Amino acid sequence: MMKSKPDEEDYWNSSKFKAFTFDDEDDEFSRLKESKQAVNSIRGLVEEDDDEDDVEKVSWSGEPVGSISWSVRETAASNHRTDREPAFPKINTETPPLSRSHSGYSLSSLFKGKTKGGNFQSITDTLSDSSVRLYAPELRKPKSEYKDYVSDWSPEETVHRMKQGKSVSLEKFRSLQDKLLLLDFSVAAHDGNVITAVLIYLKRTLSKEVLFRELESRQTALRHFIHYLTETRDQKLLLELLRALGRTEDMVLLQYKEHLSIADENKRRDFLKSCLSLPFPADDSAHVQDHYTLLERQIIIEATDGQAERGGKVEMFHKFPRRASIVNMPLITTLYYCCFYHYEEPEGSFSSPLNIRHTFRISEKQFFVTALAARAKLKAWSDVDALFTCRNWLGFTRKRSPVTFSRVVDILQKNSAPTQVLQDYVALVDDVTLRISLAQKLKCHDIIINTYRDLKDRQLLLGYRGKVEIGSAEERKIIELLDNQVRSSSSSSSSSSCDFLFLLQQIRWKN
Amino acid sequence: MAHSARRDSPELPDFSLLKRLARDQLIYLLEQLPGKKDLFIDADLMSPLDRIANVSTLKQHEVDKLYKVEYKPIVSIILALASKLSGMFFHIASCCISLVVPDVANADKAAGRFRRYKIIFTPQKFYACEAVLEEQGIFGDVTTDEWAFYLLPLDDDIISLELPEFFRDNFLAGDQRWVRTAGSALHLLHTVYGPFSKIHGIGRFSKMAYESWREQVEEGETKARQAEIGKVFLIDRDVDYVTPLCSQVVYEGLVDDIFRIKCGCVEFGTDVTSSDKRVKVMLNSQDKVFDEIRNEHFSNVFGFLSQKAKNLQTAYDKRRGMDIQQIKTFVSEELKGLKQEHRLLSLHIGASESMMKKKTKQDFQELLKTEHSLLEGFEIRECITFIEEHINRQVSMIESLRLLCLLSITENGLLPKDYRSLKAQYLQSYGVDHLLTFANLKQSGLLVEQQPGETLTVMESKVGKLVNDKAAGKLTDAFSSLAKKSHFRALSKKLNLVPKSDEEYDLRVPRDMAYIFSGAYVPLSCKLVEQVLERDGWTGLEEVTRLLNGHEFSVTGSSRAKNDAQRIVLVMFLGGCTFSEISALRFLGRERGYKFIVVTTAITNSSRLIETLLDNHA
Repeated sequence: MMKSKPDEEDYWNSSKFKAFTFDDEDDEFSRLKESKQAVNSIRGLVEEDDDEDDVEKVSWSGEPVGSISWSVRETAASNHRTDREPAFPKINTETPPLSRSHSGYSLSSLFKGKTKGGNFQSITDTLSDSSVRLYAPELRKPKSEYKDYVSDWSPEETVHRMKQGKSVSLEKFRSLQDKLLLLDFSVAAHDGNVITAVLIYLKRTLSKEVLFRELESRQTALRHFIHYLTETRDQKLLLELLRALGRTEDMVLLQYKEHLSIADENKRRDFLKSCLSLPFPADDSAHVQDHYTLLERQIIIEATDGQAERGGKVEMFHKFPRRASIVNMPLITTLYYCCFYHYEEPEGSFSSPLNIRHTFRISEKQFFVTALAARAKLKAWSDVDALFTCRNWLGFTRKRSPVTFSRVVDILQKNSAPTQVLQDYVALVDDVTLRISLAQKLKCHDIIINTYRDLKDRQLLLGYRGKVEIGSAEERKIIELLDNQVRSSSSSSSSSSCDFLFLLQQIRWKN
Repeated sequence: MAHSARRDSPELPDFSLLKRLARDQLIYLLEQLPGKKDLFIDADLMSPLDRIANVSTLKQHEVDKLYKVEYKPIVSIILALASKLSGMFFHIASCCISLVVPDVANADKAAGRFRRYKIIFTPQKFYACEAVLEEQGIFGDVTTDEWAFYLLPLDDDIISLELPEFFRDNFLAGDQRWVRTAGSALHLLHTVYGPFSKIHGIGRFSKMAYESWREQVEEGETKARQAEIGKVFLIDRDVDYVTPLCSQVVYEGLVDDIFRIKCGCVEFGTDVTSSDKRVKVMLNSQDKVFDEIRNEHFSNVFGFLSQKAKNLQTAYDKRRGMDIQQIKTFVSEELKGLKQEHRLLSLHIGASESMMKKKTKQDFQELLKTEHSLLEGFEIRECITFIEEHINRQVSMIESLRLLCLLSITENGLLPKDYRSLKAQYLQSYGVDHLLTFANLKQSGLLVEQQPGETLTVMESKVGKLVNDKAAGKLTDAFSSLAKKSHFRALSKKLNLVPKSDEEYDLRVPRDMAYIFSGAYVPLSCKLVEQVLERDGWTGLEEVTRLLNGHEFSVTGSSRAKNDAQRIVLVMFLGGCTFSEISALRFLGRERGYKFIVVTTAITNSSRLIETLLDNHA
């Protein structure tokens, strides 16, 4: 039906069809009519599709309703395509779709990779010589069997019919080259539904070795096949396929993925152990090793802590009951858990945070952030303080942090640290504007007052006075500072005496 | 708010017709099953179905009971079963149907019950699904059918295919099963609202969808009619990953990011309603308050809403000092409208407050700053540190990945050192299972490691992605994936996507589409639409298309009728589009006198995009 297409395909402009012949004025009505017609056309579909035989098909006919898609494809079946819409052109870009007249050529350009076997030549041959096509089934099958076939479609026509959701029989495509032709046409048609249908047929009628071999040079078909096997959960065949293709990385990941469906933690651990020998790329190999080690450890910790909790002897578990099992949690969650319940333990212990840090090569920053959050949650402020303390070579202690202090404040605040604790850290924020805004947000009055003092900004300080409670220590402090200003301005004339202490007290306001 | 640009924009076609068509077909299908029947419906199909038919429609056609079928984690299955005479299933098409139906059917057989089953697939049934029924030995016991429900109008100018799985199937698995669906959807629009005069597009799947559509046009017969849609622009999602990965700051987008708009409907929690009831609201142009703020930058919304509230107060106050007669008219004519407005207003104020709270809690400002730096290519080290801390603190699994992807795409991949370190930290924070997620992200090209030396790039761009050469296939795994090189920096420069940051940008008076991202970035996807419409093709954009890995096309049809329809442009996103992009297009339309109709496989946002690629569950 597609063959007799005249040249107008390329010269669509020349079509006689005029775009506006009627129903210019009565738009609404025509639209209604159209929807009605569309619905009617569905009803019209009840007519059975042409060939309803007991031949085994890729079953697509089914109910009398047939395919509903009112996408006008049913009209395509009826061959009265007299007034065709002036068509849009095909897009001819680097990979032109198979054009009907020269399909052989476009095929070859599309499937470069297939030149190896001599079979490509023959594909083109079969395609151009349609008479061969007609006789082929007859040669292959006994006459009695042949009778069952009402129609005899070429691979191209078959693909075309499949695209429209019509019933076809694939059983007669028995030679490898027919099968491949079918596959290549379906790929060229860009219809994933058809590609998969053909692949299902190929899977059933070709040995794995042959199928895999042919798929290797057909990436699009291969992707469809992999997706099909994934969706139908045919793990075994999928693994075989990936192995045959040498796609080790995909293969090991697929195997690794299986652990997700194992609910029992001991079995899961054992499974992960078996994964260790898989040829992962170097980095991933380390990750999987960690996964195994972590789960192993979580199982031990869970058993011990669960017992301790039930025993009721350990105060921590009593005060802060565990909300969930630690098994299968991420590493950092585990670290947090250990910082929460097992902070003091010596490094030799499995559940000691330090042990975890070393075993899993946790970065200083990561460890710090996690420990900080856990200790803050417990309001163990001395532990928090100790995290920052470091001695310099003179033996002085100072506060140091691998993350910015604004981040530290954020973490503490999210763990509802009291203002007294917070302000120690807000004060360490380097950036003045950031410090002020944090202090304002957290109501650390002292810091704001001190900062304004350091900025020598009297106006801001004055303004801030209105924001603190009347009669509070903060207000007194502000007043004191402002008084200082009064004093300093009155005594400015006599300020020539350069007394160190006096200077310290005195503020030269900039406004 | 009033952007008075061109006043002469043409009227949009009436898309309610599409709903009517879908409903008629549904009813027809129901009538095919005479007698009482129960419906089992895929959870994912519930909302779309709701937009098409209500319960009473179903009851009229002898539907007895309705069941929702959730079969997670397996994609989306839409199912129906029977308890009386017959039953039916709905299914948005995946082979996994096999895993549910046989159980049910076989259980019935075992129990000696006789029920007839019918599975109705929508929008299309697949050979693979039937093959599975056949394999399970229940083909015949279970019959199948199709409900060609392609297009769901979500609003006056938004039509969705409601196929979120399109993205993963196409851009991750490389399965082209939806190409025909997209072509058919386009064909439906063409048949009802066409003929189109010109089609532009870019991307592999756009091209395939175009081809599929063209074939369907050729096969069918079309009545001549007055075109209501003139031009069409098709675009693959992978042409522009940057835009959907950015935080949305336009009201509608923000609502979607935070509350998730599902099928044009959002559920507000108690924090919004400030009562103990949750409430479901339709968000579309019918909601007059929403209609005015949906495209606004969030910073303007508060001011607008409070002004609105004041006006409302004044209107209410009018009744003071009225006599009886006046009050009577007031009550009968105005009060209802005012009450309605009042309700909507308090809802959106509540929503705004709640969003404000959520965003301040998570340091939204800092997050936006990082995103803007990434877009600008400025202080990348600081950005990496920010992302790292995000990961270290286990802030949000999705958000961390989103930022990583944004970093990768804007920087054309991560340095191997960074990639390794960030991946390791990510796995530590969120679980080693995410090895699988990283594999997916790599395959789709969203998060990749820079290759030592870019030798592959040249080859890749030459042979394109349809590499069939055996030798090439062995070069690297990246070859077998659909990943493509991102050239964001070059594109950004070429198309001037990132305005200079030193200029003030008044968000109340947007000057270009960048306003949807606080003036920091013009969405690439919409910029392409603008450029192509301006040039009526790709001429002069050769460099750009080269950077986008080609696959662009422009074709002209025959109907050259010069009418208003030529200024109605249908933009179809294959793989999803965001509300921000829709807002940007609406802005462009107002500026240039176009009306845009957005057709998308689904509404997406950064979370949805990333979630479809997660693989840490069985």
